[in-house]
Amino acid sequence: MSVGLVLVSHSARLAEGLRELAAQMAPDVAVVAAGGMEDGEVGTSFDLVLAAVAEADGGDGAVLLYDLGSALMTADLVLEVLDDDQRQRVRVADAPLVEGALAAATTAQGGASVDAVAAAATSAWGREAEGPPPAGAAAEAPTPAEGAESAEPADGTVREVVTLANSLGIHARPAAMIVKEVSGYDAEVLVGPPGEATADARSVLSVVALGITGGQEMEVVGRGPQAREAVDAVVDMARDGFGEE
Amino acid sequence: MPVSTQDVLDLVRAYAGVVAENRDYLIQLDAAIGDADHGENMDRGMKAALVKLDGETSATPSDVLKSVATSLITKVGGAAGPLYGTAFLRAATAVQGKDTLEPTDVVAAITAARDGIVARGKAEPQDKTMVDAWTPAVDAAGAAASDGGGVRAVLEAAADAAEQGMRDTIPWVARKGRASYLGERSAGHQDPGATSTALLLRAAADLAGREA
Repeated sequence: MSVGLVLVSHSARLAEGLRELAAQMAPDVAVVAAGGMEDGEVGTSFDLVLAAVAEADGGDGAVLLYDLGSALMTADLVLEVLDDDQRQRVRVADAPLVEGALAAATTAQGGASVDAVAAAATSAWGREAEGPPPAGAAAEAPTPAEGAESAEPADGTVREVVTLANSLGIHARPAAMIVKEVSGYDAEVLVGPPGEATADARSVLSVVALGITGGQEMEVVGRGPQAREAVDAVVDMARDGFGEE
Repeated sequence: MPVSTQDVLDLVRAYAGVVAENRDYLIQLDAAIGDADHGENMDRGMKAALVKLDGETSATPSDVLKSVATSLITKVGGAAGPLYGTAFLRAATAVQGKDTLEPTDVVAAITAARDGIVARGKAEPQDKTMVDAWTPAVDAAGAAASDGGGVRAVLEAAADAAEQGMRDTIPWVARKGRASYLGERSAGHQDPGATSTALLLRAAADLAGREA
């Protein structure tokens, strides 16, 4: 079970297209499209949104994302009619619809709480950094080398550099894979070009935004009790081309 | 004369008629600065409200207002649905349990409606929204009731003030709703939501006048 998502849009096709995109990155998350009116007209439907919440919330809660102001009003109205129990586990996220939905979906896929999923959606505005990079992450970078290279300084920080084996490099799907993988470890993991590993590996948007393409090198920096395992797991996926050619 | 349940039913019917007559006008206003759906949405919502009311028995003014709220919330896809739906819902709550409405009840209903719209849409005065018709109407209605005015005087004061508020929106730059995306280009156009509000209160005042 995980937190579900409801995509409230004025357009049925917009919501459905986004649902498709989010579901690809978070196959186990209930992502429900609530776009347009019952008759397919443009607008937001109170009844459709209410039904979508019922479908998305399997007990762990649901996060609603919306496209325009009046969709927010409909979402708020729906929240008002939920019973108190359910309302406590449902959030309306003030987030950019597309980026927010993808951030929320991948976070939900990792088994996060409803508040964490809502926060992931909101963080997609990019208003705040997703946690500071470790001090000197850039300055202490190892020299890029062919293939992977290990270095294990005394402070417990683990660094690896790996060449991306797939031709497309880090696009949405590999980014989601990385996020999902590192969520399973007790470690802080940062990724980026060699010497500039400053992107939080738990944020799909930060990882995608790196724009690292196939054949380029990526540095993976880990810190924490399971830093070694987490970094190795990411390196293995990258070396394997994320299961792509 | 206090307002009866039948009076409120008459108002809903009258307003549905006014909205149907002004459907194209509201669309025109909305096309200039919004998404051109206000006239159609209001027409659809009020027609649905009539159908729903025809199929039920309303014991009190509050019942009628609540029924209209449900229709608007479920049948209107644009911002007008949640906004007017909330307005009617709050008005219904404000006069719950009353068989007839005195002037002070009418003021309470209009005030609750305005407060609901503000809570739902988060618009401030002079954002160029329906709030700019509602708030002067609330103030004028309250003043008229304080002066000892009857239902007719209260509603006429509200309608006059709403119409003035509606006209006042013309030069303003929209800061809320779809029109706000237009920035400066929204100036010079009358707000559609303020217009449909003025029409509602005028319809109520006309009914009260007819019955006086």
